[in-house]
Amino acid sequence: MNNDDRSQVLLRRRSFLRSALVAAALPLLPARAEQGSLRVGLTPVFLDDQMSFLTRWRTWLERRLQRSVVFFQRGSYREVMDLIRGGKLDFAWICGYPYVRYRNELRLVAVPVWRGRPYYQSYLIVPADDRKTGSLAELRGKVFAYSDPDSNSGFLYPQFRLASLGENPATFFSRSFFTWAHRKVVEAVGVGLADGGAVDGYVWDTLAEFHPDLTKATRVIERSPDFGHTPFVARHDIPAAEMQQLRRALLDMPADPEGAQLLRLLSLDGFVAGQPALFDGIARMAKRVGKV
Amino acid sequence: MIALDDLSLRWKIPLRVMVAVLGTALAVTAALVTREYDEMRQNLESHAKSLARVLANTLVSPVLHDDIWRAYEILQSARDPAAIAPELQADVVMVTDAEFRVFVSSRPRDFPIGASPSRQGGDYARLRAALMDGKPTEQRVIEPADSVHYFVMSPLVADGVALGHVILGYSKISFVPRFIGLVGRAAVVTLLVLLLILPVSWYFARKTGEPLLALADAMRQVPGELGSARLPDLPHSRDEIGQLGDAFRRMVGELREKQELEEQMIASQRLAAVGRLSAGIAHEINNPLGGMLTAITTYRRHGNGDPLALETFSLLERGLDQIRNTVAALLVETKAKDRAFAPTDIDDLLILVDAEAGARAVTLQVAGRPQAPLPLPATLLRQIVLNLLLNAVAAADRGGKVRVGFEAKNGLLRLSVCNDGAHIPDAQMAHLFEPFASSREKGHGLGLWVVYQIVKQLNGGLTVDSEPGNTTFRIEIPYDQA
Repeated sequence: MNNDDRSQVLLRRRSFLRSALVAAALPLLPARAEQGSLRVGLTPVFLDDQMSFLTRWRTWLERRLQRSVVFFQRGSYREVMDLIRGGKLDFAWICGYPYVRYRNELRLVAVPVWRGRPYYQSYLIVPADDRKTGSLAELRGKVFAYSDPDSNSGFLYPQFRLASLGENPATFFSRSFFTWAHRKVVEAVGVGLADGGAVDGYVWDTLAEFHPDLTKATRVIERSPDFGHTPFVARHDIPAAEMQQLRRALLDMPADPEGAQLLRLLSLDGFVAGQPALFDGIARMAKRVGKV
Repeated sequence: MIALDDLSLRWKIPLRVMVAVLGTALAVTAALVTREYDEMRQNLESHAKSLARVLANTLVSPVLHDDIWRAYEILQSARDPAAIAPELQADVVMVTDAEFRVFVSSRPRDFPIGASPSRQGGDYARLRAALMDGKPTEQRVIEPADSVHYFVMSPLVADGVALGHVILGYSKISFVPRFIGLVGRAAVVTLLVLLLILPVSWYFARKTGEPLLALADAMRQVPGELGSARLPDLPHSRDEIGQLGDAFRRMVGELREKQELEEQMIASQRLAAVGRLSAGIAHEINNPLGGMLTAITTYRRHGNGDPLALETFSLLERGLDQIRNTVAALLVETKAKDRAFAPTDIDDLLILVDAEAGARAVTLQVAGRPQAPLPLPATLLRQIVLNLLLNAVAAADRGGKVRVGFEAKNGLLRLSVCNDGAHIPDAQMAHLFEPFASSREKGHGLGLWVVYQIVKQLNGGLTVDSEPGNTTFRIEIPYDQA
C-alpha cells in the first residue's frame, strides 16, 4: 500500500510540474516559420485550446491562398502587437482597443460578422450565486477580473465605465487581476475567485453554447453598447495583393462548404471588409480613460 | 462469575483458549491498524510537505508579479479531482501574504482574496496564532489542539524574504473512510485467520480437557461403584494428569483390596459365630443323646423282648444315630492322635471319587503328588480333599476336567482343587462356607463348612476364585517340618 501511495504521489507531482512548466514555457516557444510563409498572429481573444480547429483553418487558408500559413499564438495581446508592429507578422486577429491605439501602424483587413452585424459587446459578469449585485457600481471594494490590459471588452470598457461614474478605476476595486483570456475570466468569476469580471460578450455567448457549465456559474449584470468586432489587421507595409488575397479568402468563407463549417465552429456568420470608423467608439473610450 | 466458575472444563478450557485467541487477534489487529494509520499519516505528511515545497517554489513568481490567476491555475493543477486516495487531497490550499491575508486559495468562496482565513474561526484562528509563533522561513506541520484539520505550511521566500505562506489544509475527517477501510480489511483478515485457528484451538483445547474429564468421571464412581470404575479410560501420559491418573488407579486398587478384606473379615466373623453356636448346640444335644442311646441299649439287653417295643426302639435308635452324625459333622474335632498324611491317601481318595467322576465322565488330574508323608492328620486332610473333590466333580461340566494340585514346601502345604464348570454366583459366594448353604439338592450342605472348620483348626487359610469355566479352591496349611 505504501509503495502505491508513493508512486501515485510522484505521478501527481510530475503531472503538476508538467502543467506548471507548460504554462510558463508557452509564450517562449519559438515560432517555426518557413521562408515565404504567411505569418498570422492569433490572440487569446476567443481561440483557446482549439488546436484541431486551428489546424483545419490553417489547411483551408493554405489551400485558398496557395501558400503555407503559420499561426503565431501568444499569451497576451501585447506580445502579438509587438510582433506585428515590428513586422514579424503579416496579419493578426486582434482586439479593437490595440487597433485604435496603433491604427496608424496597421491596416484593417476584415471584421467578423456576428449575429448578422460586425459588432459585439462587453459583458460585466458576477458569480451566479451572487443574486444581489445589479451593476458595476455595486462592486466597490470587491475583487475584479480583467482579461487583458489590451482588451477592449475585458479591460477598457470597465475602466471607462468607472471613469464615467466618476470613480478612480485604480482604487475602486480592492483587488483586480488579469486572466489573459476571456474564457478564464468566466472561470475566475464562476469559481468565486473574483466577485466580478469583464468579458467579451461574443466569447460569453459562444461559451454559453459550447460550454454552458462555465457560463452557468456566472450572471451578466451589464451589457455595453456595441463596439466594432475584433478586427483582422495587416502590418502597414503589407503588399496590396497579399492583403487583398487574405481579405478575399475571409470574405468568401461562408460561400465555401469547409469555410462555412469553420465559421460555424467560431459562431460567426462571416467577415466584412469593414471601415476603421467602426472602432471610433473604442477610440473615444480610450481617449477618455487616457490610455491613447 | 459463579456460573462461569461452575462451568465444566469441557467448555471452560476451550472457552478460555478462545478468549485468548480472540484477544491475541484483536491485539494484533489493533497494533497493525495503528501502524498502518501512522504510516498513512506519515505518508500524507511527506506528500503534503513535498507538494507544499513545490508549490511554494512555483508560486514565488506569480506572487511577486501579483498574478492572481496564474497562482490560482497552479493551485488548481495541484488538485486531482479523481484522486485514488482522497485523503491525500488537500481540503484547501491557500497562499497568504506576510499579514496572513489570502492572496489566492483553491476555495475562493470560503477564503476570498484579501480576507483573513481567521475569519473562518476555529481551526483557522488557531492556525494563525501557531503561524505567528514559529520562524516564518521554515516549513512546518501545524496541528492546532482539538482541531479537525491539520496544516502544512511552506514559506514563500524570495531572496531570503518571506512573502507569505503556502498553506495546505487537510481534514482529518477525510481520513475516516480510509481508516474504516483499513479496519475493515484488517477485520476480514483477522476473521479468516480466526476461521482457521479457532477450530484447531477448539480441538486442542478439548483434547487437553479430555483426560481431566475422564479422571473426574472415574472419581465420581468412588466409592459407590468401585467395581465399575473405568480405570482403563484414565490418561496414561507422564505429565501431571498422567500422574494423577496413576495415583487414582492405585487408590482405587487399595480401596478394592480394603473392601475385599472387610468382606472377608465379616464372612469369617460370621463363620466363627456360627461355629461357636453349632459347637454349643452340639454339646447340648450330645449329652442327652448319649443318655438316650445308652437307655435303648440297656432296654435291648435287659428288656422283656416285646417285638413292638424293639421295633420302636430300633426306629428311635436310627433317628438318634442320624442326629448324632449330623451333630458330629457340625462339630468337627481334631483327634489328638492321628497318622501322617501319606501319598497313598491320594490314591485312596481318587478311588473314592472315581465312581462319581466316571458317572459324569469327568477326568481327574493330579499335580505335585507328594513323595513322602506330611506331618498332618491324615483323616482330616482326607476329609478336606474328598469334600472338595466331590464338590468339584459335581460342579464340573459333563466330560469336563477336575485338577488337584499339591505343593508342600517350607512347612506349608498348598492344596488346590479346580474345575471347569459354571462359576459360583456372587450372591452365593458370601455364604459359601456356612452350614446348610448348599444350592444343590443332593447333600446336606455341610461339606464346605466341614472343610472350613478343619482348615481353621489346622491354622490354615482358604480362598476361592470363581469365574466362568474355572473355579479354584486354594488351601494353605502350615505343618511342623521337624
